[in-house]
Amino acid sequence: MLQKTYENIDSIGRAILGIKAKGVHNKELAEVIYPNGQKAFAQVIALDGDQVTLQLFGGGFGVSTDCKIRFLGKPVQVGFSDDMLGRVYSGNGQPIDGGPELLSDMIRVAGPSINPVKRLIPKDMIRTGVPMIDVFNTLVRSQKIPIFAKAGEPYNRLLANIATQTDADVIIIGGVGLKYDEFHYFRQRIEEAGSKNKTIMFVHTHRDSIVEGLMVPDLALAVAEQFALQGKNVFVLLSDMTQWSDYLRQVANAQDQIPANQGYPGDLYSQLASRYEKAADIEGAGSLTILGVTTMDDVTHPVPDNTGYITEGQFYMKDGYLELFGSLSRLKQQVNDRTRPDHRSIMNAMARLLSEAEERVKAQKFGSVKDDYSLRLLDYRKTFQTELMDPFRYLELEDALDLCWDTLAQHFKKEEVGLSSKLIEAYWPEKGKFKILKEMTHE
Amino acid sequence: MMQKAKGKVVSVNESLVGALTTEGSVMNGEVAYIIIEDGKRLKSEVIDVKPNDIVYLQVFEDTGWMKVGNLVEFSGLPLAVKLGPGILGSVTDGLQNPLYELAKKEWFLERGLVVEPLDITVKWHFTPSVQKGDLVTGGTVLGSVPEKLFEHKIFVPFSIQGDHTIEQIAPEGEYTVDEPIAVIKDAVGKSVELKMVFEWPVKKPMPFNERSVPIDPMPTGIRILDALFPIAYGGTACNPGPFGAGKTVLQHSLARHSQADVVIIAACGERAGEAVEVFKDFPELIDPRTGKSLMDRTYIVGNTSSMPVAAREASVYMATTVGEYYRKQGLNVLILADSTSRWAQALRETSGRKEEIPGPEAFPMYISTLISAFYDRAGIELLPDGKTGSLSIIGTVSPAGGNFDEPVTQATLLSTGAFWGLSRALSDARKYPAIDRIDSNSKYPSLLNREEVNFLLELLRDGKTIASNIILMGEKGITDEAYIRHQKAELLDAVFLQQNSFHEVDGVTTPDRLRAMFDMVKEIIDATVGIKGKEGIRSHFNFIRLAFLDWNYMKPDEEGFEKQKMKLVNLVKQREHVAENV
Repeated sequence: MLQKTYENIDSIGRAILGIKAKGVHNKELAEVIYPNGQKAFAQVIALDGDQVTLQLFGGGFGVSTDCKIRFLGKPVQVGFSDDMLGRVYSGNGQPIDGGPELLSDMIRVAGPSINPVKRLIPKDMIRTGVPMIDVFNTLVRSQKIPIFAKAGEPYNRLLANIATQTDADVIIIGGVGLKYDEFHYFRQRIEEAGSKNKTIMFVHTHRDSIVEGLMVPDLALAVAEQFALQGKNVFVLLSDMTQWSDYLRQVANAQDQIPANQGYPGDLYSQLASRYEKAADIEGAGSLTILGVTTMDDVTHPVPDNTGYITEGQFYMKDGYLELFGSLSRLKQQVNDRTRPDHRSIMNAMARLLSEAEERVKAQKFGSVKDDYSLRLLDYRKTFQTELMDPFRYLELEDALDLCWDTLAQHFKKEEVGLSSKLIEAYWPEKGKFKILKEMTHE
Repeated sequence: MMQKAKGKVVSVNESLVGALTTEGSVMNGEVAYIIIEDGKRLKSEVIDVKPNDIVYLQVFEDTGWMKVGNLVEFSGLPLAVKLGPGILGSVTDGLQNPLYELAKKEWFLERGLVVEPLDITVKWHFTPSVQKGDLVTGGTVLGSVPEKLFEHKIFVPFSIQGDHTIEQIAPEGEYTVDEPIAVIKDAVGKSVELKMVFEWPVKKPMPFNERSVPIDPMPTGIRILDALFPIAYGGTACNPGPFGAGKTVLQHSLARHSQADVVIIAACGERAGEAVEVFKDFPELIDPRTGKSLMDRTYIVGNTSSMPVAAREASVYMATTVGEYYRKQGLNVLILADSTSRWAQALRETSGRKEEIPGPEAFPMYISTLISAFYDRAGIELLPDGKTGSLSIIGTVSPAGGNFDEPVTQATLLSTGAFWGLSRALSDARKYPAIDRIDSNSKYPSLLNREEVNFLLELLRDGKTIASNIILMGEKGITDEAYIRHQKAELLDAVFLQQNSFHEVDGVTTPDRLRAMFDMVKEIIDATVGIKGKEGIRSHFNFIRLAFLDWNYMKPDEEGFEKQKMKLVNLVKQREHVAENV
């Protein structure tokens, strides 16, 4: 296809460029050619007569009216090959680890979604060794689930832990708006865990343009999807999708779009959904699981709020703990009836009692908690927190379940826990016979 | 007949495309096809006609690789759905393309793929009910074919007006939906050939033959609904709630257990996985009321969140039109629309691109009118043959931030007859279904009588007041009497309002069982508890709760069921007795 070059740039913004051109395709890839011969990528995002709007992968800074735009006659693509494993790429798909560029097949980016009938009902538990996940909010293959946390919580550590402690065939890390030390941390952890050869990183750091940041999830997911189609179980880590949404807001704003909530574009939900929905267990092929990070102060903020409606639950991290309330795995019901017979029931009983305890915490502030039962509830809450909510304590699921029984028996009578007589008979540990919990005597 | 228009693309902004028409007339709402370079025809709909021969199209597919100058072919026809036998048990996208058929062509939902909505190879056994020479008009029944669980009536298309005479009618036999089964002639002698299938524009409500008011409760198997906040046949309900409060589980439970003849699930802008669960599970599940597969009564329209946004609106209307059609068959139809907020958001996206002046939260000004008109399509219809059909709509709302003050929730509350507000506090406390016990309401009659409903609501309100007193003053700060009342409210919640929707027995409660459970609950609430001291009182109710829950999990024909019931009654009475002795 003939590649046409145009010179009459009309406008240059922080991320957007306007130019008059003919015969241009929507979403076509283009090159900005600087007077000194340097090049940067751009993509068509809107057409109006001969007025073409492009988003600039390298940002608008330094682009001049004497730059030229060459339309490349192809959409945005990304390379795909097994040799990419172990490598690090930027948000425009170029290697940034000093290694050689690869000759690889080019695949489409942000393609259509898989036909729902090709999806399998998720059915395989992913054991993470994290009690709050395995017991209370079980992770399931092909799940899409973010960690909700304030900036500053150790969410990337948990993300890296989960990815390396599980049995993924391929790990793809999509870093959006990473601080340099976070990028470094991921690289180091992956190498330490011996997972480098099954990992590909697409990284956007704060020094790169926001449009490159916007591209990262699409590149990561396009490559991940190919591996999944080849039968691999792929884990995609996306950190941080709040920054990604922020970039989306900036680009929408530059296009004069009417903002919906807090300046975010009205299609924030659809934009997030089209990425997260790439997660799938594919009939006759592999699977794609997405673990994201959504930094937030308040869960009703538009980004966590829209995300929560899209993802299959969330892990809520607060003050270094994985919280029970606020966390949810929507897919746990698919698997937690096939782990151990007491799993579901004890999970619910523990949660119910913790919720009762939370009510006492409020009352405690009024100084009105004096009765024995309430005090025991508060003790229970303390044990729960120290024993179970540490995201970095590694326990096999069965041990974690035993720990739950120990915790109940430590603080309650059999009839207080709301469990069926059958289960109590089978699992209730008598004093002195705790399996995991160090028994406390308090009188 | 107007001359169909032709045109060319002049602007592309995501799903909104501007076209310049070069000939013919254009109708607002008509379907147009944009032909892109590889020859694919992308379906779109005219949503605005502007000066200087410009029209705006919302495109139902990805507009990547489209360019200025691409040809546009206008169809002259509004977006329509094909109605006829074969819809039940199927799964389609928002434009009625069957997903299983699409999957035979491509794994991914590639744009421009089109499949016949109704399988044209299936033979249906048609039995005519009219004869040559009979007078017919739109809506007259020509005959019927068996479809899954019932006799599917074949109508003269509803769009046909005035008296027509039957010229020819097919004899009893096997026909496909593509074969003619009748020829009718109007007063001036113009003939029309009819098939078992016809089209109806999705945005145009089918007129009611005669409308009536919803009064009969539709059992859903969900106790808190059937007892406290019921929906009626032909009624409407909404369940707004923040994410994670259990909307999806509630919808699935309704889809499985509601006592409707036909259930239509409009998965609008939600997770694909949830629709998958339904259409992969349902074929395996037996509907205890019919003894047949649950899928036989189900139709699923899936325009999930990663499918083209512009088709979300179409998917909701399509589901509704199919619902109206089955209501005309004399059936009780239930539509589960999940989520109407995604539909509203799709409208917001398009409205924004059209640069309309935005209303609150950037939703278009007309959003409340559209929502009210949508729910108004529900209702009871008295049919010409004396039978009754109903269409009930339960719409999920996903309010931003879980805040019910936003425009979509508010417009929905004005348009629906029952409100099931989902609460994060309840779901955090694992009290499912997490439907707010105090703030929810319904204007429809319950399976219980009015006094019984008020009896329960009063206890719940008392319980809430006492609970907040306990927080303030501690258990010791309230009387034993108030504490007993509090424990009764807690018990009512735990054993009656809460329900384990994943449990085979507890997950669905029949009207009979609901009655039995209510009677037991009432006995407990009415019983005088003579125990002194909070510890003793709590322990008393703990034992009752445990026994009640065990009973809830047993089948009525199960061994030990009656014994467990007796145990429960004894617990209630025995303690009373013990207390008296003390």
